[in-house]
Order: sequence, then C-alpha cells, then structure tokens
Amino acid sequence: MEQGVAVRLRGLRKSFGVVVAVDGVDLDIADGEFLTLLGPSGSGKTTVLRMIAGFELPTAGTVELAGTDVTHAPPFERDVNTVFQDYALFPHMTVQQNVEYGLKVAKVPRDERARRAADALAQVRLESFGDRKPSAMSGGQRQRVALARALVNRPRVLLLDEPLGALDLKLREQMQVELKQIQREVGITFVFVTHDQEEALTMSDRIAVFNAGRIEQVGTPAEVYEQPATEFVAGFVGTSNLLRGETAQTVLGHAGVFSVRPEKIHVADVDASPGEGEDSATGTVSEVVYVGSGTRYVVDLDAGGTLVALQQNLRTSSMDVLAMRGRKVRLVWRKEHEYRVGT
Amino acid sequence: MTLSRTSRWILGVAMALGLAFVYVPLAIVVVNSFNTSRLFQWPPPGFTTEWWQAAFQNQGVRDALVTSIFVAVLATAIALVLGTLTAMAVSRYQFWGRNTVSLLFVFPIALPGIITGIALNNVFTSFLGGLTFLTLVIGHGTFCVVVVLNNTAARLRRVVGNVEEAAMDLGANRTQTFRDITFPAMRSALFAGGLLAFGLSFDEIIVTTFTAGPGTQTLPLWIFQNLFRPNSAPIVNAVAAFLVLVSIVPVYLAQRLSGDATGGGRI
Repeated sequence: MEQGVAVRLRGLRKSFGVVVAVDGVDLDIADGEFLTLLGPSGSGKTTVLRMIAGFELPTAGTVELAGTDVTHAPPFERDVNTVFQDYALFPHMTVQQNVEYGLKVAKVPRDERARRAADALAQVRLESFGDRKPSAMSGGQRQRVALARALVNRPRVLLLDEPLGALDLKLREQMQVELKQIQREVGITFVFVTHDQEEALTMSDRIAVFNAGRIEQVGTPAEVYEQPATEFVAGFVGTSNLLRGETAQTVLGHAGVFSVRPEKIHVADVDASPGEGEDSATGTVSEVVYVGSGTRYVVDLDAGGTLVALQQNLRTSSMDVLAMRGRKVRLVWRKEHEYRVGT
Repeated sequence: MTLSRTSRWILGVAMALGLAFVYVPLAIVVVNSFNTSRLFQWPPPGFTTEWWQAAFQNQGVRDALVTSIFVAVLATAIALVLGTLTAMAVSRYQFWGRNTVSLLFVFPIALPGIITGIALNNVFTSFLGGLTFLTLVIGHGTFCVVVVLNNTAARLRRVVGNVEEAAMDLGANRTQTFRDITFPAMRSALFAGGLLAFGLSFDEIIVTTFTAGPGTQTLPLWIFQNLFRPNSAPIVNAVAAFLVLVSIVPVYLAQRLSGDATGGGRI
C-alpha cells in the first residue's frame, strides 16, 4: 500500500447515453486532506463523488482507495461514507438508530454501538436528540445527524455532496466553520462537493475546479484564486476581471489574457501617475455598487474592456461613492498582481 | 385564499348537496334495514332487527360472504406480490418501455369493467376450460394490482432511492438494505394498498359477473339476484348495509395510513 494517498482517480470517465458527465479525471487526494470539488451544476463533480462512493460504475478509468482498486466494488465494501445533499436519513428510525445503523450492520456489540453513537451525536451537539425521529427536526439538525451517522463509522474518507446547500445563509456559514473544526479533530479525509466558490475557498486545503466533466485546476484556495490557470477558473472563482487582446497590448504592453483581482485595484484620480512597479488604465465609472463594507466600481476602460475594482469603505460613505458614477478615473495595480491566464 | 361571503356560502351549499346526494341514499338503506315495514314505508313505522337476523341466518348470504372474503383475500395477496414487484421494477430500474409498462398496468382501472369482464371471460372460456372460482380471483387481481402498484410506486419514488444508497453506503448489503430500509419504508403503503384492494374486490360486481364460475356467488352477486324478490328485499337491505360498512372501513383506514407522516399516496 502506498502511504499518503487516500483516493486516487485515474482516467475516470462516465457517460450517460450520449451525455459525457465526466471526461477523463485524474486526481490524488492525500490522507487527512480537505479537498473540494468545485464547479457549476452539470460539471461532473457529483458524478465523480458518486463513483468514489460506488453508486455509479465508471465507463472507463479506475478508483483506488488507499492503494486498492475498488472500481467495481459495491458501495457496502468501500471504506467511505457519504453525507447526502438531502441527508437521506431513515425516516422510520430514531436519530440514535440512524447513527447506529452502520455499526449495527458491521456487527459492533450493542454497548459499544450505543457509546460511539452518543459520542458522535455529542460531536455534532445533538446529544439530547437521540430519541427523536428525523421528521421532528430542523434542516440544520438533520444535516448534523447525517454527518454523525457517517462519521461514527470512522471511514477512511468522508464524501460530502453539497451538504450545506439546503441551509440558509447564517446556518451555512456556521456549519462551514463547524465542519472544518470536526475535520481537524477527526483527521479523516474529506471530499466536499459544492458550487459555492466562497464555501470552497473558506473550507478547503485544496480545490479541484470542474468544468464540463474535466478538472481545470487543482490547487490551494490561494493558488486557485490568485493564479487561476484558465479563463474559466478566473471567472468561476471570484469575479472575472480579465484584460485581453488589444486592451492587454495597450495597457500592459504585451499580448495575452491577464487576470487582476478586483481588491488589488486601486481607484485613483485620473491625473495620478502610476508609481514604480505599477500598471494603470484610465476609464469611466459605469456602475457603483455599494456593498456596506466596501464598494464595487465597474469601470469601462478607454482602451476597451471592463474592469471591476473593489475598495474598502474606510473613509468614504455611500453618499460619496455614489457620486463617482460617470466620473473619469485611473485604475492602478501592482504588476505582480497581474496573472497570465492559460486559455 | 380568501373568498367573498357569497361565494363561501354558495360553495358550502354545493358541498352539502354533493355529500347529501351520496350519503342520504346510503343512510336510507341502513335505516330501511331496521324498518318493520316490508314495503319500506316512510317514515318507518317501527324498529326491528329481524332482517339482520334473517340475513345472518340465511345460508345463501353466509356462503356468499365466505366466498367474497376468500376472493378478496386471494386477489389482494396476488396484488400485493405482483404490485410490489412491478413497483420496484418501474421505480428503480431503467429499462426499455418502462413508462409504457407503467401505463399498461394502470390502464385496466380506467377501462370499463364490462370490457375487462368480457375480455377475461373470452380468455377463460376459450383457453382455460371455463369459469371457476380461480378465474374470479384472477379477474379481481387485474384491478387490485393497480391500487397496490400505485400506492407502492408513489412511496418508493418519494422515499426510497437515496435512502437505499445511504444504507449501502453504511455497509448494508442488498438483503440487509431491503430488510431494514426498503420494506419498512413501503410497509404502510403496502398495507394501505392491500386494504384498498380488499375493499375494491369485496364489492365488485361487473367483472365478477363475467368471471365467476357457476355456483360461485359473492355477496354483491347475491344482492343483485335477490334485489327484486319481494321476500328477500328487506334482507337485501341488511346485507347492503353490511357491505357499506365492510367497504368503507378499509378505504378509511387506507386513507389514514397513506396520509401519515411521510405524506399522501392516493388511489
């Protein structure tokens, strides 16, 4: 057995009739890693998860868990557990019975079962809910039961299929923090599927960005955000802020496609001149979006194209920023924040 | 939704009329079964349990009741097995013509009973050597399967898919998954479907007329044959009142069951 690799995918393909859902995915997921599969709906991320779990049979390619080929093994012979998007709790069982189920089929003795289930419920802060039926619980609570039911088996890998999708924003943010905490505590490999780029950036050790059945980039949140490998990644993770073609030639002096993140751009007076190591472009503010802590300026460049600049509202108020609309400005950023994007 | 006073009033009256139209005649049958007048004088001149006693002592009625129960139980059993298997096939597996198969199974309930009856009658007499008790059971099975299938398929679609995957994900093999998850999830739907099937079979007459062998008499057949005999008329009322109860109770229970915590699954 090879040390360190929890999940290894090689040449993974899956087609449903004429639709190719997953089109050649290679990925190594390290032991103890929190890896997120990020992509728009229909990009194949959930199908990859389902092939790791064993619910879908790959059309081609292999799935290895801890060095063992499990491509054709049924779900019940794989050392992975899944937290489903709609939780999939057993409606006729109590919370306690739900959590104990995996241990019961694994023939764990009754006492140990009860103890471990209680521990798992305590971990998700539901210790007093054991006797409830899932139907008598809120969405957030069901979500946590689903998590406890999977974690109690101490799988090698935990698969999470958009587990926070059904929760409201506040609860989602709270669960993001809790999930990350639990993952650090138990040290289990988490493979997390989401279409929410903020969620991915917040929680992951690494992110695999999916598009049209392929992985566009794998990297840490900072790499994916600061150095997007492709235009798709630049657009999907964060705001698409690209300089290309003529514009790139005029503004930067060389051709290609470049990404500059909005918060790296400073909105200056139109007469200001860029300092050492800086690039700049003039344009007209076409839109001002006040977002409370900051303001988003959409600027139509004189050289063609559009850039978005995000400024913290440190000393400005909404009255001031709204007056910026229609004004000529100069956008200034440091050269090292221009990142050449592959196409 | 808020309704104006007038429309609420109109709707209320319409509903009362509709319900009265169905239930007043039923009530009259029940009242007449206790009417001392042989000619159903109204208002009833007196109260008697004579007809009920006569009905229960009547050998024809007793035999018919036993036959009806046998037929209903057997038809329900056939329906439960076939209906469940079909429901699992159409709700779980993708196969060529799946929707057509689904539709074909449900179709007989929309088909006039007399057509089903004649068709079955043809088959039974031409190929299976005539009508017997068994042909009657098979005849009832055709429409009983539908209610079981509908109830079970609705339940399977709603609850089972993901939950079965969850069980296998937690290490349960296919047998354990069926025993611990699928069957318990279907149980109340099966029970509801079974009760409905029983109720349907118990008071069915059209298909029965065409598929029952000679000498096989169900309770509805008995009623039909005795309805116009002046001597039997009061007994018929008692038997009919009894049938009302036996048919309504299972349907009521079935509704209660399929309307439980997991939601509806109507016929």
